[in-house]
Formats: sequence, structure tokens, C-alpha cells
Amino acid sequence: MSTRAATTAIDARPWTGPWRRYDIIKEGVVALVIVSILTALFAAIFSSPDDAAITFKEWATSSPEAFQATAVQELAGTSGSATYGPPYNSNSDGLNVGPLYLQKWAGVRQGVDSANSFVIEPLRNGVQSAEVTAALAAWDKATPDQQMAWATAYDTALTDATAEDGSIDMTKVAAGDYGPVPALAAGLLALGQSGGLDGILTNGGKFFSTNTTNPLLFLGDGAYLEDAAVANHLGGGQWGMMNETGAFPGQAWLWLYSFWYQIPPFSDEAQEPFGANADAYIWVIMGLLSLLLMLLPFIPGLRSIPRWIPIHRLIWRQYYKTLK
Amino acid sequence: MTTTLPEATPAADDSKMWTARLRRSWERNLPPDKLLPDKQPAYVASWIYVFGVATLAALIVIVVSGLMLTAKGPSWYHDSSLGHFVNSLHFWSVQLFFIFMVVHLWGKFWMAAWRGRRAMTWITGVICFLASVGTAFTGYLIQTNFDSQWIASEAKDGLNSVGIGAFFNTENLGQALLLHVCLLPLVVGIVVVIHVLLVRKHGVVPPLDYAASSVAQSDQAEVSS
Amino acid sequence: MIASSVLAVVENPPPYLSVGGFSISVPNAIVIGVMLALFVLAIVVPFPKDKEES
Repeated sequence: MSTRAATTAIDARPWTGPWRRYDIIKEGVVALVIVSILTALFAAIFSSPDDAAITFKEWATSSPEAFQATAVQELAGTSGSATYGPPYNSNSDGLNVGPLYLQKWAGVRQGVDSANSFVIEPLRNGVQSAEVTAALAAWDKATPDQQMAWATAYDTALTDATAEDGSIDMTKVAAGDYGPVPALAAGLLALGQSGGLDGILTNGGKFFSTNTTNPLLFLGDGAYLEDAAVANHLGGGQWGMMNETGAFPGQAWLWLYSFWYQIPPFSDEAQEPFGANADAYIWVIMGLLSLLLMLLPFIPGLRSIPRWIPIHRLIWRQYYKTLK
Repeated sequence: MTTTLPEATPAADDSKMWTARLRRSWERNLPPDKLLPDKQPAYVASWIYVFGVATLAALIVIVVSGLMLTAKGPSWYHDSSLGHFVNSLHFWSVQLFFIFMVVHLWGKFWMAAWRGRRAMTWITGVICFLASVGTAFTGYLIQTNFDSQWIASEAKDGLNSVGIGAFFNTENLGQALLLHVCLLPLVVGIVVVIHVLLVRKHGVVPPLDYAASSVAQSDQAEVSS
Repeated sequence: MIASSVLAVVENPPPYLSVGGFSISVPNAIVIGVMLALFVLAIVVPFPKDKEES
């Protein structure tokens, strides 16, 4: 028998050496009592975080120009969700790791029509002013090409009037042929500021819905959500994945997942191919590392580290003493 | 006229019976004194050994506090101070759970606890860790507050990039809620039970230098004789 | 209202420790510090001997 096999056999067989008393039930109960008391103490002393959700009313009221610009991007098909690709639409191939286009292969399983779901339908379902009624009529009468031309032109004009800090000076927006798009955007703004948009996007005109995809996608298309996140140190490039709102511990166990987003090339979204596909590459890396951790017993070298750095001599020092 | 009942099948001929085989396997691998021992090897004498049961204890507090939150619905804790306290219990028991689990993992690594055909114990332990991270993630998704808006919005990109997002939609509150309170705790629970039973079955791993030592040789001589 | 506004952070930012590109919140640093401390203490602190020699 090889040394390795002999050692394994000895380590596997039932223990025939000296024993000590052990009360497993008592140990379990004591552990439960101590942990319960610790938990109750921390809960009573420190409480827990709960920053209120951002509403469309809040977004539309605080950043009316940026809100309208996002609405226009939805109509023009230039927003984040409109250009996302699968699982929402086919307007992009999505991310890839070399030849693996896993995002595309999964298919469009959560179909989202940004222009209609986020702008047109809420306006149709909401309380309509005369201007919105007329704008919707003009929109419905136009061909898809005409709709796209208006929306794209207005999107470009708004982008040109956007300052570096993201603010938009509406007086600097060039005049042009934008059709009903400015009125539609203004109508959605009014709906948002009235609080009418919160709820409509989730329910889509139905009574029951627990699917919050539409409002979250629309909210994520604007800068307001991200600005609030960055202010709270929750941004991806701020080790944000580990963090929590307020002075509370977050998810310390995500340290390694968060780490990759901080270093080049993954920290630069413009870098091809790694930065631009960072999400996919990092998922693959973390998957491989998790597999490595799981299969550690079978990996030569890694599995021998505990022998090379003998921390076990401290752990079992009481037993080693009895051997002498 | 009397009827005679057929004779019962002899017990020795149940080798093909599933029930008998399962029962015998259970008796062989997990007899009562292994499931509920009142002694353990003398080398189990370090505080590092309490972190497995501490992790389990934290998991129980997580489940109990979670059940309280389930009883009142996902929005209760926003408006009720009792609800907020129960949420705090759930929040801090999760923090303690991961603290104890990580210390337990470090201890098991430095003990090379996968030795002696205990690889499955290690593997199920890592699966427990990964499943717990996933379950905790769905918990963060269902907070129905700003943090959950941001986390759902960001995490979808990672999941979508590898195709998982097509099936698991972080922005679907209903799906995340059911995953968190039903499916994933079941998965974690099952893997934890398997992990603990494996520890009971194989016993605590002997010290690293034991197998090569002369004590092991004399123990082996005792066993063989 | 139990929930606080997300804008409250602008007035009361939690403390962060930053070294180079590495940034960690103080609460997270405490949690990781506790993990390390517990690990070291668990290994170093003597364990009670068995009351009865078996």
C-alpha cells in the first residue's frame, strides 16, 4: 500500500485511541442560547438599515430634466434597457467570454418593450391632459420610422444640452422637428411628479402584479438611482458590493467577487474585451474559484498547505502533549 | 373448516428489499451512539471546534426570525417597530452566521479536515457556503427599500451576462420572495443536514501527524489483533 | 416612519477606511476583524481538560 493510501486508511478508520466526555445536546443548546442572546443584543443596540425606496415621484420632482431625457431615450431606443439585449430584447448580442455568448444563448425570456411599457402605456392608462391626448394621437398615427426619427432627434438635442455633471439646461436645447416627443416626455414627467407612475409600471393596467421588472429597469436607466448609490458607497468601483446603507456591516463574504471589479482591466468599462465584458468574465472566474475550493481535497499542492504551515500543531497541542 | 395463513417470509431472505437495505445501511453508518454521542476522541480539545455548532445555532435563529417576518409579510418591518426589531434579529443573525461559518471554514482548512475519505464532508460544506450566499442575496432583494432597488438593478447584469438572468430575474420581487422564503432555505437545509450527518458518520478527523505516528501503529496493532 | 431617506447619508456618511484602491467601511472592517480575532483566539485560548480520564 502506498504511503498516501495507508495514511488515508488510518485516518478513515474508527478511532481507537483515548476519548473524552462530550454532551452533544448540551453543546447545541448552549450554542443556541448564546447566539440568540448575542443576536438580540445586537438587534436592540444597533438596529438594522432601512433606507426608503426611491419613488418615481421623488425622481421626477428632484431631476425633472434628467427624468424627461431618460423617457426620451426609451422612445429613441438608446436607453440601457432598450439596448441591453437578452433576456429583455434582441437589440444587442450581450456580453461574451471569448466565443461563449451565454447571455445571448439563454434567449429573450423576459421580453420588455421599453418605449411602450415605460412611456406610451403609462400615459395611455394615466390621467391625460389635452396635450398628452393630442401627443398620443400624433404618435399612434405616425409610422415606426417617423416615431424613431422624432425620438432620436430629440434624444440627440437633449444630449447636446447635457453638461458634464449630467444636468440639462432646457433653454439650450436646439429647436428641431421632434413631433409629439417633447409633449410625451413632459406628460410622463407630470404623471411621475403626481405619484401616478409608481404602481402603474408594476401593474401595467392589471390589478395584481408582483413583478417589479419594468419600474426597476426604467429607474435603472436614469442616473438618479446610481447617483444615490454612489453617494452611499454602493457603486461597483467603490467595493460597493460589500457595502450597506448607513453605518452597518454589509456583505463581507463578497470581498473576492467585489475585488475583481476594482482592478484593471475589469475596472475600465471601455476596455475590450475584458472591461466591456467584465460581468461575464468575473462570473466565470468566481465559478472556477468556487469549483477549486470545492475540489480542494483532490488538488495536489493546495491540499498540502496545512502540512507546510502547521497551524494544526497549535490546534491539537493538548493531544500532542499526551503522546509524549 | 379452518383456514391456514401462509407462513411469514424468513427474515434472512430480505437482501433485495429496499426497506431492509436502507434500515441496515442506516444502522451501519449512523447508529444511535454516532448520532447522539456522549464521548469524542481526546484530540477534539480546541475552541475552534465550536464554530460548526455556532454556525448551526445562528442558522436556527435566522430561520426563526425569518418565520416571524414571513408571518407578517414583506412590508411589515417598514411600519412597525416590533417588525423592525425582528428584521434586526434576522439581519444580525445573518452577520453572525457568516462570521462563524468563515471561522469554521478556516479551521477545517488548517486541519485538512477532508482527510480519511471525508472529501464529501468538505464538498458539502463548500456547497453550504455557496448556497447560503445565494440565499442571503435573495434576502437582500426582497427588502422592498432603496438597497434592494440598487442590488436588483446591479446584480441582474452579472446574472444576465452568463444567461442565468433569463431564468432568475432579480428584478421580479415575487420570484425573489418565493425563492428566499421557500426554495433556497430548503436547499440550504438539505445540504446542511447531509453535511452534519457526514460528520457524524465519519467522526472528527484525526490530527495531521497521527497516521504516521507510532501511536497509530500500535493502535492499528490493537485493532488487527 | 421607521425607514430613513437615502439622502440622509449625505448628511451622515458612515466612516470608510481607504488605502490606495482598497476601501472598506468601518463596520465591515470590524466584522472581518472579529472573524480573524475569533480564529486566533479559538486556536490559542486553552481548552478545558476532560474532567474524567476515560
